[in-house]
Amino acid sequence: MLTIKNLHASIEGTPILRGINLEVKAGEVHAIMGPNGSGKSTLASVLAGREEYEVTEGEVIFQGKDLLEMAPEDRAREGVFLAFQYPVEIPGVSSTNFLRTALNQVREYRGQEPLDAVKFLSLMKEKMKLVEIDQKLLSRSLNEGFSGGEKKRNEIFQMAMLEPTLSILDETDSGLDIDALRIVSNGVNQLKSDKNATIVVTHYQRLLDYIVPDYVHVLYKGRIVKSGTKELALELEEKGYDWIKEEVDSAAV
Amino acid sequence: MSKDNQILEEFTSKEYEHGWSVNYEADEAPIGLNEEIIRWISAKKEEPEWLLEWRLKAFRTWQTMEEPEWANIHYPKVDFQKLRYYSAPKQTKKPKSLNEVDPELLAIYERLGISLNEQKRLQGIAVDAVLDSVSVATTFKDTLGKLGIIFCSFSEAVKEHPELVKKYLGSVVPMTDNYYAALNSAVFSDGSFCYIPKGVRCPMELSTYFRINAANTGQFERTLIVAEDESYVSYLEGCTAPQRDENQLHAAVVEIYAAAHAEVKYSTVQNWFPGDKEGKGGIYNFVTKRGICAGDHSKISWTQVETGSAVTWKYPSCILKGDNSVGEFYSVAVTNNMQQADTGTKMIHIGKNTKSRIVSKGISAGKSQNSYRGQVHVMKRATNARNFSQCDSLLMGDRCGAHTFPYIDIQNPTAKVEHEATTSKIGEDQIFYCNQRGIDTEDAVALIVNGYAKEVLNQLPMEFAVEAQKLLALTLEGSVG
Ligand SMILES: Nc1ncnc2c1ncn2[C@@H]1O[C@H](COP(=O)(O)OP(=O)(O)O)[C@@H](O)[C@H]1O
Ligand SMILES: [Mg+2]
Repeated sequence: MLTIKNLHASIEGTPILRGINLEVKAGEVHAIMGPNGSGKSTLASVLAGREEYEVTEGEVIFQGKDLLEMAPEDRAREGVFLAFQYPVEIPGVSSTNFLRTALNQVREYRGQEPLDAVKFLSLMKEKMKLVEIDQKLLSRSLNEGFSGGEKKRNEIFQMAMLEPTLSILDETDSGLDIDALRIVSNGVNQLKSDKNATIVVTHYQRLLDYIVPDYVHVLYKGRIVKSGTKELALELEEKGYDWIKEEVDSAAV
Repeated sequence: MSKDNQILEEFTSKEYEHGWSVNYEADEAPIGLNEEIIRWISAKKEEPEWLLEWRLKAFRTWQTMEEPEWANIHYPKVDFQKLRYYSAPKQTKKPKSLNEVDPELLAIYERLGISLNEQKRLQGIAVDAVLDSVSVATTFKDTLGKLGIIFCSFSEAVKEHPELVKKYLGSVVPMTDNYYAALNSAVFSDGSFCYIPKGVRCPMELSTYFRINAANTGQFERTLIVAEDESYVSYLEGCTAPQRDENQLHAAVVEIYAAAHAEVKYSTVQNWFPGDKEGKGGIYNFVTKRGICAGDHSKISWTQVETGSAVTWKYPSCILKGDNSVGEFYSVAVTNNMQQADTGTKMIHIGKNTKSRIVSKGISAGKSQNSYRGQVHVMKRATNARNFSQCDSLLMGDRCGAHTFPYIDIQNPTAKVEHEATTSKIGEDQIFYCNQRGIDTEDAVALIVNGYAKEVLNQLPMEFAVEAQKLLALTLEGSVG
């Protein structure tokens, strides 16, 4: 589904990603871990098409198409979804209005009829249950005055509404208490199928108890320096990142 | 170059939609301004002597006045001798009803999306259509007449209801109030008149649609709204003009009088030609709008969506004379390209327990300049006066400017005046967030801007709110991405 080959990206001339290789197949869950500042959010942003990042080398193929050639909105319409680490606030625009605009643009791109108000609302009702989100929250301005947990829950709700093929969750667990974490993970798990894939970015293994990954990758200094299975996450939990840093840094000398 | 800037470079503002003009045979005053011209206009309109005298008095005062320079706007001075002060489509005889109005004139309004055909109108909205210097048609007059409501052109009111006009004309905006008001008082040609008798709730929106067609012609109209005790009316004003290279002057006066327990809602969607991208042409919109809450418990509410004009100078105000009276001002002012707007309000608290509320939302894009200027004045007698002001500015790009000039003058210690102001930039983050959900940049901007202006748009009558939303999006089309 997604093939990342030797991806290099920089911001304002500073290289951040320095040769990422990753293969994600339908039905898989990949976890990307790594210390702060290692480039996890950068990778997510580059995949979503944020323009401040300049791709200097490499390619990304998504379902046979060159992802890097596409405008951000077209990537979304093709099925790439990013749950933001820091969702933005849009005053005066309700989640409902926002999502309706989004969903109908996505549908238009796919040659589908726009959903009328009734169908849209019933779809919302159905998906709201998934992440136990309150109707009241959705009629408020998007993310404005939402608690950290509410914002994250709203991200997953949007994901449920848009039914993406590839979901990238950037630190969706941060700022969540244990109940919220369970609810959000539950939602993500229910959305999983053999047709879609998920990339979970986190630096705590805690989340991976709920969303069980098929593969775990460690990102450090802009490269994937170690890949393994769930056990790798447990090992990181126990030993921290220092042993990996040492391994990489000494090899570099 | 940051992305914000880059997208702004791609600025291709959509062509002004109402830039066309038509050729009709016109009845015009000679170019220039002097007492002869004023007599000419007054005679043309078959006015009574007192009104001519009133005009001449205004003109003589105007000649002694200086054009104001305190506003944060810069434009080449208008040469008042080069303008034409009266231009009207030639109609062989005065139409007595809509059926007799020249179909070509009706077609102009059809093309603007304003149907003057009463059968065709879905909603109950009565329209007074003003083309250049005259009112060409007023709809639903009979329906309204049954309730005792007078809604007609100003000229007609002078003829049919001289006692009302005489009583209220200049009572809220004195003829010598300011430079442009004095000029208007001298040369005004037409406009709308509206009278709601005691205890009547006007069952439909009343609206005036101003259209400037002729070149080198100023439009100087007057609107007078009188709401008697316990009456209610919602009034809407819309405007467009053809695209011309020269600047054109629009200097209107609006007066509102609200008696005890009366409520007047006045909404404007202003879409005058703003000039081209380089700032060539466009309307100078120098307007004086003022309402007086004369009676206790009366209320006047101004809502304006200002998207057009090259230069706007406009401060719809409320004199809160009656005890417990309420004044409101809701404004969205958008400037793009080279547009300049200096707009705001004055709330003058005279009566006890008077309340005012100001919500101003400025949106600046391109190289435009957008200023809010507001005055809250609490007089000695105004015990327990309350004011709340919220002035927000939204910037798109970094070549535009937003300015806030609040003036507060309090002479009664019991007054409570609150002022909040924010400035924000339309964020790359917000746009990217929308993009990431599949929304393209154009729609993202529309969504964000309409969200920002929501509190004001919510004040508009339903169908106009939808229009205004589209207009905001259109004005800013191409301003990002
Ligand atoms: N806008 C930016 N300008 C400069 N440096 C940045 C910018 N965004 C991120 N970086 C740098 O890129 C590196 C990777 O950041 P990020 O991808 O957010 O890491 P992570 O998500 O793994 O914590 C960090 O060193 C960070 O300081
Ligand atoms: Mg991060």
